[in-house]
Amino acid sequence: MRAAVIVFPGSNRETDVVRALRRSGAQVDLVWHADHELPVGTDLAVLPGGFSYGDYLRCGAIAGRAAAMDAVRAHAGRGGLVLGICNGFQILCESGLLPGVLMRNINRRFICHRQTLRVERTDTRFTSAYQQGQVIDVCVAHGEGNYFVDPETLARVEGEGRVAFRYCDADGNVTVEANRNGSLNAIAGVLSERRNVLGMMPHPENFVEGLIGGTDGRGLFDSLAA
Amino acid sequence: MKARIIVTLKTGVLDPQGKAIEAALKSLAIEGIDGVRQGKVFDIEVSATDGAAAEATLRTACEKLLANTVVENYAIEIL
Repeated sequence: MRAAVIVFPGSNRETDVVRALRRSGAQVDLVWHADHELPVGTDLAVLPGGFSYGDYLRCGAIAGRAAAMDAVRAHAGRGGLVLGICNGFQILCESGLLPGVLMRNINRRFICHRQTLRVERTDTRFTSAYQQGQVIDVCVAHGEGNYFVDPETLARVEGEGRVAFRYCDADGNVTVEANRNGSLNAIAGVLSERRNVLGMMPHPENFVEGLIGGTDGRGLFDSLAA
Repeated sequence: MKARIIVTLKTGVLDPQGKAIEAALKSLAIEGIDGVRQGKVFDIEVSATDGAAAEATLRTACEKLLANTVVENYAIEIL
């Protein structure tokens, strides 16, 4: 598995995601946002978390039009894997690679806490190391993570089984309380039509070492590197 | 040529910032406000000299960057 992590001005989680990918056995290159091409042989493009361009205009709006995103779009078009975490998810929505948009959290607060997620499907390149319905303990840290999409697209996304993760309580129940940013249908992670692109607000890369509090994030990187 | 673009949230899209501003206005005892929706204004200098060309440029700017048409509407005013 060869991964390219795209670095934008204002990205700040690239080091963690590089570490998580290498831990699972991936070979990783860093790619600057102004580059027009991904390294030859790239299997997976990763858009890390952070505050690209200071969240100016809208979160992910300017990064979504960066030169490297043309390369990422072409990579996705060829069926290549793309993962966007937090700001990376916002960038994927803004660039048109995923449907919808991440709006301001419903409680108007920046939320930063441990968060349980329910794994909605395991027949994807991102989630195969998890069990169906498994509850995983990761983290969220965002001000704009409230997933919104028009009703027709939402029905299509749900109908096609493109929700990878939902916010849930510790027992796996999807509740209003567990969905603290107010996302439609408690969507925490969504897949593209061909299921080769995943965007998610939570940070699996935070929890790959027991020393730091948990290892439930490993499954995602192990799935990709498998 | 000067132009102004106004970007607003579509009807039905939740606007937590607008709600916060509405609550703040209430807390200042400003009476008679029934609702607030927050938007954005862009004042733009366009090099085109005729209105139709300017509008075409600005429409492209809105579609490609200034508005996210999933949740936002835009209006172009040539000043």
